[in-house]
Amino acid sequence: MSLVTSKNVSKTYITGDIKIEALKGLTFEIEPASFVSFVGPSGSGKTTILNLIGCLDKPTDGTLKVSDTDISHLNRRMAASFRGENIGFIFQDFNLLPVLTVLENVEYPLLMVQNIPSDERKRRVMDLLDAVGMIEQKDKYPDQISGGQKQRVAVARALVTKPKLILADEPTANLDHKTAYMVIDIMKKMKDEFGTTFIFSTHDQKIVGEVEVIYMLEDGELADRHVKGG
Amino acid sequence: MFNIFKIALRNLTRYKRRTFLTASLITVGVVFVLVFIAVTGSFKNMMIGQITDSFVGHIQIHKKGYLASIDNLPLTMNLNPKELKKVEKAINETAGIEAYSKRIKFGGMLSNFVETTNIRLNGVNPEDEVKTVPLLSSRIKEGDKTIREGEILVPELIAKGMKVKVGDTVVVIATNKDGSVNGKQFKIGGIVESATGPGGRDGYMHIKDAMEVLRMEEMDISEIALRLSDFSALHQVYDKINRILSKELNKAGKPVFEVHTWEKLSPFFNIAIMIDVMTFFIKIMLIAIVLVSIMNVMIMAVYERIREIGTIAAIGTMPEKILLMFLLEGFCLGVLGVLTGVILNSGVLYILNIIHITFDFGRQTGLILSPTIDLPDIFIISAIVIVVSVVASLQPAYKASKMEPIDALRHV
Repeated sequence: MSLVTSKNVSKTYITGDIKIEALKGLTFEIEPASFVSFVGPSGSGKTTILNLIGCLDKPTDGTLKVSDTDISHLNRRMAASFRGENIGFIFQDFNLLPVLTVLENVEYPLLMVQNIPSDERKRRVMDLLDAVGMIEQKDKYPDQISGGQKQRVAVARALVTKPKLILADEPTANLDHKTAYMVIDIMKKMKDEFGTTFIFSTHDQKIVGEVEVIYMLEDGELADRHVKGG
Repeated sequence: MFNIFKIALRNLTRYKRRTFLTASLITVGVVFVLVFIAVTGSFKNMMIGQITDSFVGHIQIHKKGYLASIDNLPLTMNLNPKELKKVEKAINETAGIEAYSKRIKFGGMLSNFVETTNIRLNGVNPEDEVKTVPLLSSRIKEGDKTIREGEILVPELIAKGMKVKVGDTVVVIATNKDGSVNGKQFKIGGIVESATGPGGRDGYMHIKDAMEVLRMEEMDISEIALRLSDFSALHQVYDKINRILSKELNKAGKPVFEVHTWEKLSPFFNIAIMIDVMTFFIKIMLIAIVLVSIMNVMIMAVYERIREIGTIAAIGTMPEKILLMFLLEGFCLGVLGVLTGVILNSGVLYILNIIHITFDFGRQTGLILSPTIDLPDIFIISAIVIVVSVVASLQPAYKASKMEPIDALRHV
């Protein structure tokens, strides 16, 4: 069974008299435990489709299912709850909370979203910090660590709730070459270890080279689907 | 909850200068209001004490209509023995009355054989009077601190004007109820200091002497002053005794007696009301200070953290937790301001009590101001500030909780 099913999904933004069709009838399926990327030029709709899959926005038309739940009609609270339980986010600018330490940032979703008991919480956080190589920096604040380290913390934060799906919008855009590969390696490792599906929106060839399925978007339409080794 | 609280506190320490300035503003407001309440409150209480304990008493009972004519001191409106008995019965039936004093009030002429002046006099039983208005003894500046038969206590202004002193002989002439004039020779037993309020410039003599001057065969009483064992029960006691006495009606079906608290008898009550009104407006000002400063800070905080709000919302934080996070920030700011304010207020009051600020009121000079503040007042002000802090944070917090994560994440 597919983890993500999109049938004729469209998204239109209306600003005053201007109507922008960001997505035009997208139909695709994403399998569980896969490494998928949406690629395409700026304005092609990569971020829009990620926002729709992440329940941050609603499609104008079509049906979008994640983990067999139709997310097209979730209300605000249901969407927040669904995200908290099923989806992890990795942002281009890392988006760590500056007032929390590395450990607290990773712990945040367990504490504030899922209410996981203390022992289990600590164990999960420490395991993930160990896995992303940030255990030594656990007591540091975001402004005391490098960009690459911040993104590793963001990966750990996205994974800590054991989501079925992680959405990463340009996760390597603010990283240097070496650090970007290190973060990609960590994400691949996590995918293999936890069976998590990673969906990227990127034009970074480093990521494109590593993913299993590539969806090429052009002007809001699915121009091509490329499966590595397929 | 603890974790939201922790995040709120950390966010406050993140903008140290802003937090310091806002908390300082609240602190200054709290100190100002508490010191104002303490100073005006102690001034008010001291003056009420001076007025009630020097002459007025806590409650007075007269024959109906006497108070309206009190400037004339009419002897025709005195309580006859039968009426007095009814009043004394009501007093005995009412709990909370510590003492009472019967007074015969009349106007007369005082002569030292060289000059003559008019004088307002009270014939009292000294033991009862001192129990009812305990500051009377301290007001007797010269002579023995009592009122003996055959002696008169002359108000200091008259004593000064007529150049009489303790031990001198004077004559008091008065018109009695029937219109005939009578006089009696007295020795000056003491000079009585003026006090603020009605009756503060009256002279005193023994009640038996007053009866003799006025040729009373039976004791006709002008007024009865009451002292309560607990001043805070003033209105309860008033209600009770008034209820009993209002049942006494004359032939025309009108009440025989009138009962008044000190509030109706002294113009200082209006000043006390003014002080309360001023305190109320000062509290309103404090609320405005807290409201504006906290709201300003919280609006800034929300505006600066839009992307953070978007991030935590995207992660799955429920809107009510985001709301609570910002409300707690406002709450913590309020608590910080209140705690510092209360501590500083204690210091300011301590200093004010050490330096002994004196003030004059009416003819009373050198009154020492000892400002104190009651715990309930501190709790009320603290609660007001904290509640207003939370209320001021409500709009920005609500705005934060209602933000669409997608819009917040796009914010630059």
